[in-house]
Amino acid sequence: MRAAGSWTLRLLRGFGRFWWDFLVGDTPEIFLAALVVLGAVALISLEGHWNAAAVVALPLLAMATLGLSVRRARRPGRR
Amino acid sequence: MVLASMTSSNAVVLAGAVFLASAVEMVEALTIVVAVGHTEGWRAALRGLAVGLVTLAVLVAAVGPALAHFPLVALRLVVGSVLFIFGLQWLRKAILRASGLQAKRDEDAVYRQTVASLETDAETHQRARVAFVLSFKGVFLEGLEVVIIVLTLGSSAGRLGLAVLAAIAALVVVGLAGVIVARQLSNVPENLMKMVVGVLLVSYGTFFTGEGLKVRWPGGDVALVVVAGAYGIVACLTVIGLRSSAGRHPEGATSP
Repeated sequence: MRAAGSWTLRLLRGFGRFWWDFLVGDTPEIFLAALVVLGAVALISLEGHWNAAAVVALPLLAMATLGLSVRRARRPGRR
Repeated sequence: MVLASMTSSNAVVLAGAVFLASAVEMVEALTIVVAVGHTEGWRAALRGLAVGLVTLAVLVAAVGPALAHFPLVALRLVVGSVLFIFGLQWLRKAILRASGLQAKRDEDAVYRQTVASLETDAETHQRARVAFVLSFKGVFLEGLEVVIIVLTLGSSAGRLGLAVLAAIAALVVVGLAGVIVARQLSNVPENLMKMVVGVLLVSYGTFFTGEGLKVRWPGGDVALVVVAGAYGIVACLTVIGLRSSAGRHPEGATSP
């Protein structure tokens, strides 16, 4: 019973760690910026109903996120 | 007629994205399996490979059909967000490697590292166990990324079957290449493939997330190609910019 519980706990921990590494990993800035981008576009599209602005904003903000992360990687001691 | 050709070209883009992404991950897994096979014998390596593949197949069989019952808009939002983040990570890494700011992944180094880790375990019984675990872990972990890409791209585009076929094709091609070239996996242009896949993943991520957020893309599916082109241009310009700036301020590449 206890063994089964610890196995389940290990499995859950491994599952959580996989998704953490997969989505956050060594680039937390991309994860955080993506959340901000998606929130902003959700506001523009769902609340503001500005379709044209959402169409332009989504890829542009993604490019800005990429630029920000690459710039961060150039700092000494990073990468 | 136009609609039919557009649909088939989107199918080609989807199959290409899944094929390339799967191939990149499979090359990484194959390096570990080949290293284990050469060092500890093919029995443990192939057992690890087989158990890893069966586990992944069970996962696809379990999760795949369930996704079909998920509301499409919600599925595209969740899947799009995952692809968006994952694609940006791939593209960032490919840009840093192409511009020389980060050392390229060296399959020969991974091979040597795997061999070394096996040679430190002196006892034969222990080594056989470690060899199996190494092979299984390599196949399962790299394969899990393939499974996520196949399930997310395939289900969101409503073409899960095509995505699975593309991944199987990549498995066959990489498997055959592995048999033929054996240890020369470093010759695979992995970074170029990673760059293309990164562009495609971010593009799909952008497109699906937009649809999940009720954004109406001008031109429908054609917007996907335009977005991919824009990301491709930005990625190339960034690499060129970083290379020229590195030329002005020379600095060595760090290891991954």
